[in-house]
Amino acid sequence: MSGVTHSFYDLQALNRRKTALLIVGFVALFALVGLGLDYYFLGTEPFDFTGGAIPIPVATLLATGFAGLSALHGYYTGDRQVLTATRSRPADPRIAEEKQLINIVEEMSIAAGINPPPPVYVLPDPDPNAFAVGRDPRHASVAVTEGLLTALNREELQGVIGHELSHVRNLDIRTMTLVAALYGGLVLLSDFAQRGLRFGFGGGGRSGARRGGNKSQGGGGAILLILWLALVILAPLLGRLLALAVSRSREYDADASAAELTRNPLGLASALRRIEQATEPTRSIGRGAAHLCIADPVGRAANQGEGAWSSFWGTHPPIGKRIATLESMAGVMGSPERPIEGPPGAPGDSPGA
Amino acid sequence: MGFFFVLVAIVAAAVLWFIGVYNRLVGLRNQVQNAWKQIDVQLKRRHDLIPNLVNTVRGMMKFEQETLDRVISARAKAVSATTVAQKGQAEGELTQALGRLFAVAEAYPDFKSNQNALQLQEELTSTENKIGFARQFYNDLVMRFNTAQQVFPANLVAPSFGFSPAEFLEIAEADRVVPVVDLSTSAPAAGGPAAGAPGAGAPPAAPTA
Repeated sequence: MSGVTHSFYDLQALNRRKTALLIVGFVALFALVGLGLDYYFLGTEPFDFTGGAIPIPVATLLATGFAGLSALHGYYTGDRQVLTATRSRPADPRIAEEKQLINIVEEMSIAAGINPPPPVYVLPDPDPNAFAVGRDPRHASVAVTEGLLTALNREELQGVIGHELSHVRNLDIRTMTLVAALYGGLVLLSDFAQRGLRFGFGGGGRSGARRGGNKSQGGGGAILLILWLALVILAPLLGRLLALAVSRSREYDADASAAELTRNPLGLASALRRIEQATEPTRSIGRGAAHLCIADPVGRAANQGEGAWSSFWGTHPPIGKRIATLESMAGVMGSPERPIEGPPGAPGDSPGA
Repeated sequence: MGFFFVLVAIVAAAVLWFIGVYNRLVGLRNQVQNAWKQIDVQLKRRHDLIPNLVNTVRGMMKFEQETLDRVISARAKAVSATTVAQKGQAEGELTQALGRLFAVAEAYPDFKSNQNALQLQEELTSTENKIGFARQFYNDLVMRFNTAQQVFPANLVAPSFGFSPAEFLEIAEADRVVPVVDLSTSAPAAGGPAAGAPGAGAPPAAPTA
């Protein structure tokens, strides 16, 4: 992070501010497009209270209502959908590896103050990956692939589960649902506006400069209109970039929060390294759930590279940067020594790992 | 007339703020007390697992009677401890005894091939971790609670509301020394659990208001 080292507290605060700013920007974009639509196409005069009528920005409200409904829908049904779609099954305590997984989830739940610990699911996929779903800690579930259980030792698994539970505790799923809803509403508005242009919406609006002699018509008004139209056309693209930026900052926050839970950032760093080495995409997890996973399951080119392209288009930050950030946290914490994992020689640990 | 409304609004805002701060501090204090109790829950779990472990390994570790006895007596001491200081001491000794037992067990091929023993080892590892994380969570909450009381402007009113900072779990200095377990067999030399860990230490008095 350009030579400045941060503790996991600093990194959490940093990423939360970033997310907040991005969402403010998103809402502003939404408002600009929506209210512009009302002003230019539907003739809603913003501060005109003549005749006792209150100007109602119909288009903006409709889009907000749509976004709100889709947010609520995603909020309440999202977890069920993802779990069924991926053919997850509950973890079986009779299998030693899965009992260990259940224990690890319980341990991390204690560290995170999540009570009771969320149910644990396993996906029959050989590629190592994990995700968490659920609108808040009381309604959350955690799932890992069989590939993850085979590939990672106890310490690394603990780091991954810490990361997933942090998504739950930080209410990231709620945030991403909100962002998805905002994006949906934005696309709706932009689409509507572009249709309006094509089919001549001038009837109720000002784009035809129907009401002559009005205040802002003339050179300044025309420029504003053109700027707004440019915004409308770019809106879906901008919205997507903002959404991806939010997703990435949530991932960095989850990494820092995992370090807070385990007090062992190198465990997660080691896990990420192993996950990176597995090159196959996780076929069981679809595109829609991709942002919930610890590593991009679709194998998108954007998430593999480290350059500027990945910086804007990846749902996840490049793994190399995540590992470097975790290692710098370990440095700030004073020493990379492992904290106590209980009696030495726990099954699955490689000596000195 | 306008001035009056402004005054009312200011007073209302102040009252709401007071209520907010007070409720937040009450919530945090209760969380701290709950976290304290949760540590005991995990400690008890460990006490309950140990008799089973001892019985499972007794047959295969005939030469380690002393190690086993140490575990049994440490557990008895921990179960019967009453004061907070006694408990801290006894639990620390139990952690060390268990650590020694597992370090020694590594040298026995019977141990590694016995499914029951391995399962128990995993359960005890997990319990040790849970004890550690329960203590960590308690300390995290204490930090949050104390910070909430000490930031401005809450620090102006917190004492008069009856709140005082809670104490962190402390590790006694003597327990920071890592005991060295000398194994004259070819088993990997284990350092034993680093006693600076949450396993040892005298907890402070339970948090009060």
